[in-house]
Amino acid sequence: MTDIRYLAPRTLDEAVAAFAAAQGAARILAGGTDLLVQMRAGVVRPGLIVDIKKIGEMTEIVEPPEGGFRIGAAVAGATLAEHPRFGKVWPGVLEAINLIGSKQVQGRASPGGNLCNGSPAGDSVPAMVAAGAVVTIQGPGGRRTLPVEAVPAGPHRTSLAPGEILVSFTLPPRPAGSSDAYLRMIPRTEMDIAVVGLGASLTLQGGVVTAARIGLGAVAPTVLLVEEAGKALIGSRLDDAALEAAAAACRAACRPIDDKRGTIAYRTRVAGVLLKRTVAIAAARAQGGN
Amino acid sequence: MAKTHISTSINGEPVEFLADPGSSLLDALRNTLGLTGTKEGCGTGDCGACSVTVDGRLVCSCLVLAVEAEGAEIATIEGMAQGEALHPLQRKFLEMAALQCGICTPGVLISARALLEKNPNPTETEVRFGLAGNLCRCTGYDKIVRAVMEAAAEMRETV
Repeated sequence: MTDIRYLAPRTLDEAVAAFAAAQGAARILAGGTDLLVQMRAGVVRPGLIVDIKKIGEMTEIVEPPEGGFRIGAAVAGATLAEHPRFGKVWPGVLEAINLIGSKQVQGRASPGGNLCNGSPAGDSVPAMVAAGAVVTIQGPGGRRTLPVEAVPAGPHRTSLAPGEILVSFTLPPRPAGSSDAYLRMIPRTEMDIAVVGLGASLTLQGGVVTAARIGLGAVAPTVLLVEEAGKALIGSRLDDAALEAAAAACRAACRPIDDKRGTIAYRTRVAGVLLKRTVAIAAARAQGGN
Repeated sequence: MAKTHISTSINGEPVEFLADPGSSLLDALRNTLGLTGTKEGCGTGDCGACSVTVDGRLVCSCLVLAVEAEGAEIATIEGMAQGEALHPLQRKFLEMAALQCGICTPGVLISARALLEKNPNPTETEVRFGLAGNLCRCTGYDKIVRAVMEAAAEMRETV
């Protein structure tokens, strides 16, 4: 007989108090698409499950007066897909989140869970990194914010302190001429884990790149922000030389493992290929295509 | 640990039951409530045999805690036919032999209904992507897809 308690608090303060008091024996339940699998496999045996889906801030999609979006950490992918404007402003973030699992998984899985699960191959994370998302975290010591790329600390580890809960993602306002895209390499068309995943976010003015951020997944112990790739694109008209420089920066950032999904050499090569393909999609969207 | 008392709605009927806090909605449906139409395949959210809707949202019931059913509206395969009248999807599955062993069928039907509620006129590709979370070990996918397309066409005519 397992000895598990379940709490579904209505406020974040209650959730943090219970989570912190359990001192590592508790798990946060958002969509449960990782947690329930881990419990079933016996990998985790929580004494307390804190279901955060009754907390308004964790499940809402807000467009603040200052612009941008704030997405609760427990918003399901299917809910985000139904938002009338989010996918128009951040098509790359949305397509990355909607690549996680099946329709059934989309009904539950959240970007907060995807980030906190800490998989180097989590699909939403490179797109969030490219978007420049900032996460809000609440713990016993109060609130703080972090750039999303500072959250993963290694495979299945995060930089959240004991008792801290990821609350929301804040995506910045978008200047005109901006868009994003996410591509992943998998050997099939659906329902698989990225061999390489790449998110690109661009702003173009008069055909010249004025801002660019590249997030790269599944090629290192954590998802990476590849700053050199963004720098190689800024100021360019996405000519071949700039694209090759950015692709080279992505290849140089790779520190992948060899496994059944792909070899080190393959993943490294594909990282450069995905840079070019993903940037092309983001640029077409930014210039009014789709 | 004491069990938790849950008040929920299943196929439109109020239902109360006792749940272990760590057990899944699938376990509660099958073992506590005797609703064995929902099947267990993988238990890890990969196969879709346990598909149900919770508050109208398609989910794998193996990845939902039973205690999360509190106050929710759950729909299972047992609620799909209206008395003796089969849902058009069920009828087309029979007419077009869209099943072999049948273990995946309840989950496929629940997923297909969720798909058609959102998209009454799907392309074949949309049907295949929409049902990608439902695995059929008998590899009967072509017949399943054709039956869903036929049922969709019939449902469009009768609206």
